[in-house]
Amino acid sequence: MNGIHDLGGMHGLGPVAPPASEPVFHAEWERRVFALFPSLFVGGYFNVDEFRHAIERMAPSEYLESSYYEHWLHAFETLLVEKGVISTEELHGQVKPTPPTQPVTVLTPELVQPVVLGGASARTTHGEPGRFQQGDQVRTRNLNPTGHTRLPRYARGKLGTIERVQGLFVTPDTAAHGLGEQPQQVYAVRFSARELWGSDSPDSICIDLWDSYLEAV
Amino acid sequence: MTDAHHDHTEPPEDVALRVKALESLLLEKGLIDPVAMDALIDTYEHHIGPRNGAQVVAKAWADPEYRRRLLEDATAAIAELGFSGVQGEDMVVVENTPAVHNVTVCTLCSCYPWPTLGLPPAWYKSAPYRSRIVIDPRGVLAEFGLNIAADREVRVWDSSAELRYLVLPERPDGTAGWTEEQLATLVTRDSMIGTGLALAPAAA
Repeated sequence: MNGIHDLGGMHGLGPVAPPASEPVFHAEWERRVFALFPSLFVGGYFNVDEFRHAIERMAPSEYLESSYYEHWLHAFETLLVEKGVISTEELHGQVKPTPPTQPVTVLTPELVQPVVLGGASARTTHGEPGRFQQGDQVRTRNLNPTGHTRLPRYARGKLGTIERVQGLFVTPDTAAHGLGEQPQQVYAVRFSARELWGSDSPDSICIDLWDSYLEAV
Repeated sequence: MTDAHHDHTEPPEDVALRVKALESLLLEKGLIDPVAMDALIDTYEHHIGPRNGAQVVAKAWADPEYRRRLLEDATAAIAELGFSGVQGEDMVVVENTPAVHNVTVCTLCSCYPWPTLGLPPAWYKSAPYRSRIVIDPRGVLAEFGLNIAADREVRVWDSSAELRYLVLPERPDGTAGWTEEQLATLVTRDSMIGTGLALAPAAA
């Protein structure tokens, strides 16, 4: 979707102003929100693409006004209600919580280290064979889906070169909408700053893009 | 950061209350284990951070054969040092050279290599960095005190998929014969994001 999250190339959002140092978490509630993500992910209540899309669906003003972990909190509340894991009434304390009707998977202390060190790769061993090789010229398609995509607006309809062939990965555009993993080849596609921005600099931008975002030139 | 950025603003009271309400509900339903949550917090607050990535970089500087493996298959080479897992499942290392300075971003959300760098700083996740680093990389790098020669390419890596990027900075001059442990002290978090360089020996 052409949402507020798709920030690349926007003007007017201010200086970066990095502080000399900062804590990992700025408040206790941030710690709890952080730890809910692996807990709920292991519970199988959503995948990472659904999670990102839930954040993208925030009201644009709310997205810009709220902090990173508030985005996460918003996504948890949204997805858990949408998937029927909790109800809004339960969340607001208006009704007594009901126990889950299905068996649940809980991230227990002994699972923490295996989960942290093992992760959950989106790489697959099967999928659509890729159409492109390193060095091929490609043009990104001018796609404007209303659902989830990882083709940023600033790189649509642009000419680039395949810099790296990354392998087969789950397609977020389908995985975010219950349409399956549909793995395809991902490439790092390199665009000149001239192509993207009309710049005279020698700079370039490499973006990881799925095969279906690209057309042969 | 200033309040205008809302990257880590003082939370309104109701955010903390919302978190408490959600966590209490999930606990009552038996869906989460607070002891496991405490262990997760401790892991990422105290044990996983940019010192991991610094070890990777120092080893690559000291050991040409490791550097070759790192650039060829970063995930496997980083796992040799015991760093793997969540948000580092599929790693790519990009090497700075006299011709190219690399810098990483996630314009669409906040993707970042957790096993080697820890959780991202607020500015990395902020709208100013994400919006500007792709269109004005030199202007952003200058805000970090980094000025790249006009004829050197700045190459921005927008991690829009599930690959996670680590920059291999250039080894500083004057470090011949240094051990990996000594070299690692020169490797900053920002040098592995690409918004900084490795420290010069005198500055370490």
